[in-house]
Amino acid sequence: MAGLTHASPIAEVAVPLGIRRRRGSPGVEAWRKFRRHRMAVASVAILTVLTLAVLLGPLLWSVPINEIDFTARLSTPTWQHPFGTDDLGQDLLARMLYGGRISLAVGFAAMVVAVVVGTLIGAISGISRGSVDAVLMWITDLFLALPQLPLLLLVIYLFRDFLKNLVGPEGGVFILIVLVIGGFRWMPVARLVRAQFLSLREKEFVEAARALGATTPRLVIRHILPNSLGPIIVAGTIDVAAAIIAESTLSFLGLGFPPDIPTWGRLLFDAKDYLDIAPHWALFAGAAIFLTVLAINFIGDGLRDALDPRKVM
Amino acid sequence: MGKYILRRLTIALPSLLGISLILFTLLALAPGDPFGELATNSNIPPEVREAIRVKFGIDDPIFVRYLRWLAAMLQGDWGFSFASRIDVDKLILQRVPTTLFVVGSSQILALAVALPVGVYAAMRPYSIFDQIANTVAFIGFSLPTFFTGLLMILVFSVTLGWLPFVYRTDIAATGWLWYWENVKQAIMPVAVLGLFQAASYTRYVRSAVLDVIRLDYVTTARSKGLNEGKVVVKHVVRNALIPVVTLVALQMPAVFGGAIVTEQIFRIPGIGSLLISAILANDTPVIMAVTFVFACLVVVFNLLADIIYGWLDPRISYR
Repeated sequence: MAGLTHASPIAEVAVPLGIRRRRGSPGVEAWRKFRRHRMAVASVAILTVLTLAVLLGPLLWSVPINEIDFTARLSTPTWQHPFGTDDLGQDLLARMLYGGRISLAVGFAAMVVAVVVGTLIGAISGISRGSVDAVLMWITDLFLALPQLPLLLLVIYLFRDFLKNLVGPEGGVFILIVLVIGGFRWMPVARLVRAQFLSLREKEFVEAARALGATTPRLVIRHILPNSLGPIIVAGTIDVAAAIIAESTLSFLGLGFPPDIPTWGRLLFDAKDYLDIAPHWALFAGAAIFLTVLAINFIGDGLRDALDPRKVM
Repeated sequence: MGKYILRRLTIALPSLLGISLILFTLLALAPGDPFGELATNSNIPPEVREAIRVKFGIDDPIFVRYLRWLAAMLQGDWGFSFASRIDVDKLILQRVPTTLFVVGSSQILALAVALPVGVYAAMRPYSIFDQIANTVAFIGFSLPTFFTGLLMILVFSVTLGWLPFVYRTDIAATGWLWYWENVKQAIMPVAVLGLFQAASYTRYVRSAVLDVIRLDYVTTARSKGLNEGKVVVKHVVRNALIPVVTLVALQMPAVFGGAIVTEQIFRIPGIGSLLISAILANDTPVIMAVTFVFACLVVVFNLLADIIYGWLDPRISYR
C-alpha cells in the first residue's frame, strides 16, 4: 500500500488527464521538488553569496585584519570602515570576512566527520544482526544522552595544549574543534542509516543482488548505501548549521579559537562588553551567524521535501 | 507503574556508569598530569611529591584508578577545588538550585508557548497562522542563544533600561519587593532559553498533532457529538504528546548546553558559569564534577520523561 500513497495528492490532481508528466532522473526530480520550496531556493542564493564573500572578499577588501588604528576606535559604519571598527580600531569587515572562512570551514568539516562516523556505525549496525547491533545502538543512545557542551568544553580543556604543541595554535584548535563537534553529532546520522539499512536489506533488489553472488561489502556500497543517501544528505545539512552554532558557542565562551583569530563567535565575545557604546560590533557578527544558520536550515528543509520519501505533509 | 519505574532505573544506571567511564577515560588519556599544579610545583620537595603521587595512586593501573575514582564519587567525596579552596560538592550544591530554577522555568515557558501554538497550527495546516508560526519557529531555532541574549540586553537593559542584565543573589530588598526583583532579573535568561526551545518544540507538537488528528478514532469522537475543545484536549493532544515527550527528552543535553551560555551572558551563579570559570582557572576537580553533574541531570530528566511517557501511554508500562 505504501506505493499508493502519493507525496502530495493535490499536485497529482493538478496534472490534466492524458498529459503524462515527464519523469527525469532522480536528480532532476529532486531539483523540481526542491524548487517548489521558495525559502530554500532563496537560501541557496544567500548561502552562495555568503560563501563567495568570505572566499573572495579578502582579495577585494584588502584591509589587514590586525591593523590597529586608535584614531578610529569603535567607530560606527563609515565609508572607510563599512562595518565599523572594534576597540582597537581594527576594521570589522575584514575581520568578519576572515572569521567567516573559519566558521564555515569548521561547519563543513565537522559535518563531514559526523556523517562519516555516523554512516559507518549505522551501516555496521544495520547490516549485522545480534550483539554487534545491540552494542553499537547502546553506545549511540549513550552518546545521545551525553551533555554535549560541557563535554566539549572538557575535551578542549584537556587536549588543547597537547594539540597546540603538535600542529601549532590555529591548526591544533581547528582539528580539535572539528573532531570534537563531529564526534558529538554523529548519532542522529547513525540511527537514520541503521533504520534505512534495516528496511532496505529486506527489499527484493538487495535479495536479487545477493542471489547473484554479491559479497556483503558490495551489497552495502553499491546497492544499499546509494539508496539511503537522501536522509543522510538532509541530516548532514542540518549538521552544518549545528556545527557552526557549536563553534560560535565555544568562541563566544572564550574557549574556542585563540583571540587573534576573529571567528564570528569570537567577535561577539569581544563585542559583548561594548554593547552600550558600539552595538554595531555585536550586531554584524550575530547577524552573520544567524543568516548563515537560517539559510542552511531552510536548505535542509527544502532538501527534505525533495529527497526524503517518507515526508508526507 | 512501580515495576516500570524500577525497570527504567535499571536502564538509567548503566548509562550513568557509561558516562562516568567516558569521563574518566578522557581524563586518563589527557596528556600531562591533571594534578600538575601540585605535582610540578617547585616549592614541593620530590619526596613529598612522590608521596602525593602514591597517595592519589596516580601510578596504579588504569582500572584500579577508575574503580577508586568511582567509589570516591559515589561516597560524595568529589575532591577539593584548587581555585576556591572549598570542597567541590559544597561548591556545586550552592549553585545547582539556581541552574534548576532557570532551566525549569524556561522549560515551562517553552511548553506553555509550544503546546497551544503547535496544536492550533496543526488544526489548520497551511493556514496563514500555520505559515507564520512555522516561519517564526524556523527563525527562532536558527537564532543562537548567545545572540538573542545580547540582543535582549541591548534592547531591554541598555536602550530601555527596564531590566537588570546582571543576575544577583544578594538582593537587599525584603518581602514582595524581593520577589519582584528576582522575577525581574530572571525574565531575560528564562525568555532567551525558553523561547529558543519553544521554537523547536512547536514544530514537534505540530507534526505530532498532524499525525494523530486524521486518525479514525478522532473522527469517531467528533461524530459522537463531543465538542471540538474536548476532542482536541482529551483525544488528540494526549496521544500526540507521546512522541513529543521523547523528543523533549532528547533535547535535554541541548537545554543544559543552552543554560551554560545563558548563565555566562547574564552572569547567573549556576553550575554552568561555575564550569566556565573553573576551565579558565584550570580547576580540574571542579570541571570533572560539574560535567558529571550535568550528565546526571540529563539522565534524571530522561528518567522523568520515561515516567511521563508511561503515564501518557499505559500500554508501555504494562509491557
